[in-house]
Amino acid sequence: MASEIQHPNPNANWETRGWWEGAGRGELVLQRCASTGTFQHKPRGISAATWDDDIEYVVAAGTGTVYTYTVTHQNQAKGFAEACPYVMAYVDLDEGVRVLTNIVGCDPEDVTIGMAVEADFAAGERDDGEAFAVPRFRPVGTGSGSGAGAS
Amino acid sequence: MSGGVPDGVFPGNTAIVGVHEHESRFSPDKSEFQIMGECAREALADAGLAKDDVDGLFGASMSMGMMGIVDLAEYLDLHPSYIDGTNIGGSSFVAHVNHAAAAINAGLCSVALVLYGSTAASNSVAIGTGGRGGADAAASFTTPYGMTTVGSYAMYANLHMHHFGTTSEQLAEIAVTMRRHAGLNPNAKMRQPITVDDVLASRVISSPLHLLDCCIISDGGGAVVVTSMERARDLAKRPVQLLGCGEAVTHQETGSSDLLTIAAAQSGAAAMGMAGITHDDIDLAMIYDSFTITVLATLENLGFCKRGEGGDFVGGGRIGLGGELPVNPDGGGLSSNHPGMRGIFLIIEAVKQLRGECGERQVDGAEVALAHGTGGTIGDKHSGATLILGAG
Repeated sequence: MASEIQHPNPNANWETRGWWEGAGRGELVLQRCASTGTFQHKPRGISAATWDDDIEYVVAAGTGTVYTYTVTHQNQAKGFAEACPYVMAYVDLDEGVRVLTNIVGCDPEDVTIGMAVEADFAAGERDDGEAFAVPRFRPVGTGSGSGAGAS
Repeated sequence: MSGGVPDGVFPGNTAIVGVHEHESRFSPDKSEFQIMGECAREALADAGLAKDDVDGLFGASMSMGMMGIVDLAEYLDLHPSYIDGTNIGGSSFVAHVNHAAAAINAGLCSVALVLYGSTAASNSVAIGTGGRGGADAAASFTTPYGMTTVGSYAMYANLHMHHFGTTSEQLAEIAVTMRRHAGLNPNAKMRQPITVDDVLASRVISSPLHLLDCCIISDGGGAVVVTSMERARDLAKRPVQLLGCGEAVTHQETGSSDLLTIAAAQSGAAAMGMAGITHDDIDLAMIYDSFTITVLATLENLGFCKRGEGGDFVGGGRIGLGGELPVNPDGGGLSSNHPGMRGIFLIIEAVKQLRGECGERQVDGAEVALAHGTGGTIGDKHSGATLILGAG
């Protein structure tokens, strides 16, 4: 039985901190361009649509569908070598943006394209003590909710 | 002139006049720059030119970072008047030829040297299955999820299979064809024939891609010399004329891209439009084959077949020597050599084919070749660069 993925700690800057700290609260915080209404991910310091800085933040529903995925059987990197096979996937959020993630909480062989999934947060703590979490996804209805620390 | 491109006008007023592919696939006793230097020496000799003729230097490698092209100039003791260290992944060298032609056309240099060298195999670099990304804030959206190069391509393959019913057997046909070609290339690393069953029986690296769907890892390098068509006429070998070129990048946009559309769609259309040719005019295609799916995706996006029909297109011997569109007669990255950034070999083999120098693996009567390099990963973000070359 493969062990759980040990996610390397993400590094954040002022542009991306909102995403990781939101995840620490059990939320997916998306950026939206205030003038065009376009969501954007990954987060940026400007609107990719207009290059203006009128960005607003919206808490996503936390649900989506698997756009595509792969079951990884070989990855020498620390935190993943022991976790093989694991599922890496793109999930299309209900808000219309795609995130790279892992699908957890089910047998890798049971993952399908189009499968309905919900966010699942792996809690961590940065060196400076700030709480954050790495958002992953699991099949809808298989988790104990989407609160921080559920895994 | 070839195609619809007049000799006196860009890009038809430029030509590739010298090439060299490093014969070795394993060079633990050499450095990257040494391999580049050896290739430069041989490519200039191939052209009938000398070191002192070089006034344009183009190069990239997996370890050349900021100042890398200056380090290379020092190693080679060159003082070029035009330098370009563009690094957009494995397609870089195809782009370098485009850039060199533009610089020559603008009068900024007259003899351009494009170089690549790598000791990926000697250094045991896990190109496809090492962690990918890095630790900065932007890379932190991929690194925590165990992104690998093969995994990115695998996600593309899975999506293609889901939408179009493409099969692992169809992808395997590509690997089998490349291996058959490699058997005709004395320098190829893997020459033992394989079957579709062998590919399917090899272990899964990242579903749906098996070990034999993946390129090999080798050392190696190469050099390409570009100059004006006018000067090319007086040199040692039959010049290979540039007929068209194009470049593009494709990425995740704001999180809603169509993953199945890759950079080749844009760069290929630009290059073919510039050359004024149709697909039927192309005698062979050099396609970056990091993985079997890369070939299928690239052929579709270049418009050789319709979206979703790539699985059928690569079967029935069509992409093999003797078929309708021979792809990678050298055996490609899947079987000949893949030292990390393969783009330069696409150009070298295309040039040798157009000169009729390829012996057993020669495409009979090759007059027009397409070379397309992909850099990065098609399941995330990548570059594409396309060249159309004609026997001058």
